[in-house]
Amino acid sequence: MENSRPKLRFVKTDNPPVWVRPLLPVLALVVTFILTSGLIIWAKANPFEAYYQLLISPLMTRVNAIEVLVSATPLLLTGAAVTFAFAAGYYNIGAEGQLFAGAIAAAGLGVAMKDIPAIITIPSIIIAGFAAGMAWAWVPAILKVKLQVDEVVTTLLLNSVMGFIVSALLNGPWRDPNSGWPQSPEIGASAIFFKLIPRSRLSFGFLIGLIAIAVLWFLLTRTSFGLKMRAVGLGKPAAHFAGINVGRTTLIAALVSGGIAGVAGVALVCGIQYHLISDLSAGYGYTGIIIATLGSLNAVGVFIASLFFGLVDAGAQTVSRVLGVPVYLGEITQAAMLLVALGMFLLQRYRVRRM
Amino acid sequence: MYIVEMLGITKTFGELVANDNVDFQLRKGEIHALLGENGAGKTTLMRILYGLYRQDTGIIKVDGKPVEIHSPKDAIANGIGMVTQHFALVPPMSVAENIVLGNTDGFVVNRAVIEEKVGAAAERFGIEINPKTLVRHLAVGQRQRVEILKALYRNAKVLILDEPTAVLVPQEVDALFETLNRLKADGLSVIFISHKLHEVTQITDRVTVLRDGKLIGTVDTSSMSQSKLAAMMVGRETFGVTRTDEQKQPQKATLRIQNLCAKNDQGMQSLTNITLDVHEGEILGIAGVGGNGQMELAETLCGVRACANGSIKLEGKELIGQTPAGFTQAGVGRIPEDRHEGMVGDLTVTENLALEHLNEFTRNGVLDHKAIRRQSELLIKQYQIKAKPNDPIRTLSGGNMQKVLLARVLSRNPKAVIVPQPTRGLDVGATDYVRQQLLEQKERGAAVLLISEDLDEILALSDRIAVIYEGEIVGILPAAEATPERLGLLMSGAVKEH
Repeated sequence: MENSRPKLRFVKTDNPPVWVRPLLPVLALVVTFILTSGLIIWAKANPFEAYYQLLISPLMTRVNAIEVLVSATPLLLTGAAVTFAFAAGYYNIGAEGQLFAGAIAAAGLGVAMKDIPAIITIPSIIIAGFAAGMAWAWVPAILKVKLQVDEVVTTLLLNSVMGFIVSALLNGPWRDPNSGWPQSPEIGASAIFFKLIPRSRLSFGFLIGLIAIAVLWFLLTRTSFGLKMRAVGLGKPAAHFAGINVGRTTLIAALVSGGIAGVAGVALVCGIQYHLISDLSAGYGYTGIIIATLGSLNAVGVFIASLFFGLVDAGAQTVSRVLGVPVYLGEITQAAMLLVALGMFLLQRYRVRRM
Repeated sequence: MYIVEMLGITKTFGELVANDNVDFQLRKGEIHALLGENGAGKTTLMRILYGLYRQDTGIIKVDGKPVEIHSPKDAIANGIGMVTQHFALVPPMSVAENIVLGNTDGFVVNRAVIEEKVGAAAERFGIEINPKTLVRHLAVGQRQRVEILKALYRNAKVLILDEPTAVLVPQEVDALFETLNRLKADGLSVIFISHKLHEVTQITDRVTVLRDGKLIGTVDTSSMSQSKLAAMMVGRETFGVTRTDEQKQPQKATLRIQNLCAKNDQGMQSLTNITLDVHEGEILGIAGVGGNGQMELAETLCGVRACANGSIKLEGKELIGQTPAGFTQAGVGRIPEDRHEGMVGDLTVTENLALEHLNEFTRNGVLDHKAIRRQSELLIKQYQIKAKPNDPIRTLSGGNMQKVLLARVLSRNPKAVIVPQPTRGLDVGATDYVRQQLLEQKERGAAVLLISEDLDEILALSDRIAVIYEGEIVGILPAAEATPERLGLLMSGAVKEH
């Protein structure tokens, strides 16, 4: 009888069992390893060794471990920025452009405030970077709130516009007069972030990243604004019905998101590069989207995901140096990991049942 | 000889047993009612027969031969057609095009040919419809006729009608019954899904009653009275809610609505000069066929739809121009029509309960989680919500969702309560509970505006009944004077009583 033969079916469940949670990242890693090892072999390297260099060796020495935190610094900020917007249902894809807006403010003020003490300069620059990111985020946000213009399109396109603005600045008025390179003049000593660990690249910027994560956690879970944001993000009609001002909430979330992304630009200029350059960001604004998604839009998740991506970033350098494979393999690994992890998130909502 | 037999049908959805070993046998040339309350498993059983679901166990026979029905296509091949509550018609296409859709012979569709064929079929089956008319120009009753013709055109010998009268005014119901009787005389077998007893006794030959997914029995309609059928259907003789029919002296008008006009989402005028007084300690029912402005009226009174003109006064205070929060503050208890859209499914019960009154739980912008939790535990107990405080709302049943909404609103003792379609989709127990709560609000002295498409509900609860038709109030009657017939005439727009 056909009816007596048991069939295996995917059944959707609302509450996946708790024990699958910790298993997911491990499983994601294994699947990613299998997917990418072919490419690594093709690049004439041993996949096991490559993964060792990618994920383990950066943690084996103090210098390398610090470098992981350096890589994680902008990611903590862009991850927090994107999470803030996404939690309110505003899909800010423009963190990359907002980061550069903040970086421009930092590079400009860093030179202009040369002769002013650091105690005044650094807070001013951070505030200016936040304001610049906010300003750049304002246009798409107001279009969204007033005219329902899709923010995914506008924020994404503004990234390119910002790219041209940076390029125009660096090839025009801000071209370094000493070297002639397309980079802004070096910022003054009073604008440079102090080091958290002497003779390393780990600066005050990392601390700002941690503060951003803490603030994100506090706002989302402990404040009424955070609850309003999540209500708007998860169910606009219901939030509207309950008396929440959806437009205002969306606007504030979008602006704060842009501001935090702007601070990421400040951290890069004042903490690492000391110039504005067009390669300032290795797509940190976009990686922030990945981090926010993998961190399931909560602060703890974003923190862990930022550190993990910092590790992969730092590891990718090591892999290419030690094994002589292209750095792009690191990026491929990141991208593959994202896709696999997203797939896992979807699949954990299902279980296999005998029908 | 049975034309369709369904034997030992069982179908489960997760934990829910929708059909539990059900037998159903349909004779040739009969109209057979499938009677039961919402959630009794009627629609599930018919969806299995039409191939939309697959039974877990059990067999289906057509003309005595076992058949496998995996899809509607198989069902149609076996001569089974179904008209669901939500019509599957393409509004910009003509009747003829809709009828041949998916059933065209060959690649090229010749409009003149199909119109002639459909016209001939309509004539043969005695269904009055012009094949050239665009479906979007048709009234609901006519669209239903198109759906029936579509099934017959595909040589259906068995026609399943899922609550066909739910969308019709009484006069259209009469026309439908005439059509069905004629088709029956031609040898068609009809399965008539319903929970309305007077229709079942009026039109059907036999009745199969389901309750909680189980077969209660199949009987000849002529041998049964409505009250006996009701007893089979609900398992008890009377309904839980009874109203006290004492006439109160005229009270003060708590909620005064004057000349209210509003547009629908398409920008069309959908409310015209609505003028209503809802008195202290009264339930005013708004009856009407769905889509006559009820949704817009509820949304305007809840402050979530801008009104073009008019005035809404609560105890003399003008509410027009207020935000939704302003309505709540003023003392309007607002219950959303669509409970899934009215609550944030991924937030918890506790969070949803607090959402409308966040200011009370906030000090310097920081939430007082303890107070929120205390309120939630209290309300869960008080309103018998079967959920834990931290359960996401989306995991709750419809009845428990509605209880959360009631708890959020009624625990504030609002002066006026706006309740659109409060029991839509709920089971008997939850329906009784919601109705009881509304009666308690009335006892307390609240002005309750009940908007419902369920006439029985309106008749059971209201002190006065207003009928809405095409966005206008076409009559207001005291409950004692309202008969279904009189309301039916008003609801169909045939008369106005002012």
